[in-house]
Amino acid sequence: MSAIPLPASADAALTRAPASVVLPLPRTRGKRGGGWPLSWVAGAALGVSLLALVPLGFVIWVAVQTGWETASALIFRPRVAELLVNTGLLVAVTVPLCAVLAVALAWLTERSDLPGARTWAWLAVAPLAVPAFVHSYAWISMVPGLHGLSGGVLVSVVAYFPFLYLPVAAALRRLDPGMEDTAASLGLGPWGVFFRVVLPQLRLAICGGSLLIGLHLLAEYGLYVMIRFDTFTTAIVDQFQSTYNGPAANMLSGVLVLCCFALLGLESSARGKERYARVGTGAARLPLKRRLGRFTALCLLLPALTTMLALGVPLVTLLRWLVAGGAGVWRLGEIGPSLAQTLALALAGALLATLAAVPMAWLSIRSPGRLQRVLEACNYLVGSLPGVVVALALVTVTVRVALPIYQTVATVLLAYLLMFLPRALISLRAGIAQAPVELEHAARSLGRTPAQALWSITMRLAAPSAAAGAALVGLGITNELTATLLLAPNGTRTLATSFWAYSSEIDYAAAAPYALIMVLLSLPMTWLLYIQSKRTAGR
Amino acid sequence: MKFSLPSLATAMALLTGLTGAPLASMAQTAPAVTPSAEGIVVYNAQHASLTKAWAEAFTKESGIKVTLRNGSDTELGNQIVQEGKATPADVFLTENSPAMALVDAAGLFAPLNPAALNEVPAAFRPAHGRWVGIAARSTVFVYNKAKLTPAQLPKSMLDLASPSWKGRWAASPAGADFQAIVSALLELKGETQAAAWLKAMKENATLYKGNGVVLKAVNAGQIDGGVIYHYYRFGDQAKTGENSNNTELHYFRNQDPGAFVSISGGGVLASSKHQPEAQAFVQWVAGKGGQEILKTGDAYEYAVGVGAQSHPKLVPLADLQAPKVEPSKLNSKKVTDLMTQAGLL
Repeated sequence: MSAIPLPASADAALTRAPASVVLPLPRTRGKRGGGWPLSWVAGAALGVSLLALVPLGFVIWVAVQTGWETASALIFRPRVAELLVNTGLLVAVTVPLCAVLAVALAWLTERSDLPGARTWAWLAVAPLAVPAFVHSYAWISMVPGLHGLSGGVLVSVVAYFPFLYLPVAAALRRLDPGMEDTAASLGLGPWGVFFRVVLPQLRLAICGGSLLIGLHLLAEYGLYVMIRFDTFTTAIVDQFQSTYNGPAANMLSGVLVLCCFALLGLESSARGKERYARVGTGAARLPLKRRLGRFTALCLLLPALTTMLALGVPLVTLLRWLVAGGAGVWRLGEIGPSLAQTLALALAGALLATLAAVPMAWLSIRSPGRLQRVLEACNYLVGSLPGVVVALALVTVTVRVALPIYQTVATVLLAYLLMFLPRALISLRAGIAQAPVELEHAARSLGRTPAQALWSITMRLAAPSAAAGAALVGLGITNELTATLLLAPNGTRTLATSFWAYSSEIDYAAAAPYALIMVLLSLPMTWLLYIQSKRTAGR
Repeated sequence: MKFSLPSLATAMALLTGLTGAPLASMAQTAPAVTPSAEGIVVYNAQHASLTKAWAEAFTKESGIKVTLRNGSDTELGNQIVQEGKATPADVFLTENSPAMALVDAAGLFAPLNPAALNEVPAAFRPAHGRWVGIAARSTVFVYNKAKLTPAQLPKSMLDLASPSWKGRWAASPAGADFQAIVSALLELKGETQAAAWLKAMKENATLYKGNGVVLKAVNAGQIDGGVIYHYYRFGDQAKTGENSNNTELHYFRNQDPGAFVSISGGGVLASSKHQPEAQAFVQWVAGKGGQEILKTGDAYEYAVGVGAQSHPKLVPLADLQAPKVEPSKLNSKKVTDLMTQAGLL
């Protein structure tokens, strides 16, 4: 799947602060007659959420239709147990490793006097610009024998740890050093302070980032095919390639959905209910940078090694294949259309997702309530489903009941919309929260209709956030592989699917230009993400 | 919402076709048909590069536009069955016969013109005439020369089920190629024996995704040998040999299930609204134009047309002692069911 889907929840953690600054808003409007925009907007939000439920409804419908006997024969078999063990082990080993690495790097770059800390901080985020399947392409070119759980874990850690680094570093920057001082004055040593005071305050960031990584591990296809490690997602695609949308593929997809829900449940119970906000007068002072002293060289080793593995390996391999391939691999007649189609899809998908996010984002700020919370949760839930599940559902639904949009660009865009809506939603919501409702009221008192006021005031003020959200959606689409493989209209080849076609034929040199273009397209977005995380932390 | 990405792609494909090498020698092998503006849609499970070469040369000769949808045999076959009469496909090309049999069993193929059928000898097409062979490939055992001597090679593909081969051979079970080999095994030896062999395979074999990946692993010495098709090694040797220089091919011969020669098929969908163009394409691929590309190109699959020559580097088809299997009887559904039961899928 995509390599840089934006931190649905990590990002939520980052943007939570601005959202909560806004005062609870006009209740009156929802109740009285002037509420047409509300009902209209609510209708639109309801529509989008119901659409988002299509894949989920489909999984249930197929399970019911298949019948218990066939379903249980396809679910309770040794192969599924094998996949469950593989997938479970992958998540259980990778996520803690990522967490340790991310916390260590974040502490070094934020709270110590590590030389070049700013540069290392950026380098810890940059691996996100390399799609996960390009990471594994690099690794198996360099270490051809790499495979199985150990190989899968290694590549997953280098590809995904930034998802934890980002929120952990942002949280570390915001901590009030006063608490640490108090703990130290009460007799705790530096390690005691770290484990008993600092680490517990990072809990939300760690939980959110871990969830994000876990969901990616469940959804990723390309990475594990190359590294020869079977997970549910690879097995579903195998079945798809053998039987199209046969019952075995759909049952596996049902089990995968349950795995996702298990992760979501696990995260929400691990999050806890502690208070993390600071109480006290005045502003917190800047945290002191701890002197590393004679350990500096040793500590430099960690970011250096990480950068070498997470950035060095992909870059060296790409360069090697580009040099080996020479000018011959730059088949412009193929690369040009691939690039054009990818950009067209990314642009259209980003626009669509942003538009679809408007009603829900507006509701959640201007008129929060129980219905709105449920609807919003639907969108996040479906956004957490792997691309292969969404694609499989859309293939079957369109071929059976919606033939006119079967195999059209519309279906691909719909899949992108369902998968990436949370990114657009989160950004837009933060933007709308920062647009004062009083300005909207003023516009209306000057004679604008509610819709005009919404459009000319709130939307305009929220435009930068909307653009950031759209960019993140576009980025996700640019690097999306699995759903695109299943849904692309006849004759469409994106950068990711072209890369995949060549690397599956072991023509690594011909695949290299596509990988390079994807990385170059992703770099600005990754930079944006980095800047954004700094800004929300106020530094 | 339906903007024209496909037509953009086709335009570019045409452009590259026009600037490609002139194919003067193959002038006028395409039957004369008036081209329509939309052209034809080909669901292509053959190697993408081979069909691209076919399509470009065909378009250049006939002026008929060809849009490709690439996928694997049974994926596209099942897809056509699901789509039924609404399928956008005009032509279906496969690597192996089982997917053709699948679509045919659903009654979705139109009978081919006698002109197209006559391009191919009876041995390489089903008697019912609803599809033809367009190419063929042979099963082989590729092995690492440093790991195995000719004396240590398996005499039959069935030997690979013995415990002595545990952890020593590889295959790509999710691919249509390997599934076609299993379908031949099923047809030749029956369900009980095929199921037992697959069960042993689950124990013994290391599973990869893609025959090229198997070849690469054998070459690197990660595994002793693997069951794949012949042309992967020839193709790699013609390029750099980087993934095959340490390997050699072993042909099982003796009518062994492992000597199975798989026929790639081409057929026209009955629902196609472009019958003459679709028929012309299949006839062209099975005829001189398409077969010449097999002989001279870098696909290294066997040519099957009447009097057509295969690439001179290949072991002649007649020397392979392949078992006799009726291509229209190969059953892909049964194979995937058996493989799912064996835990290979």
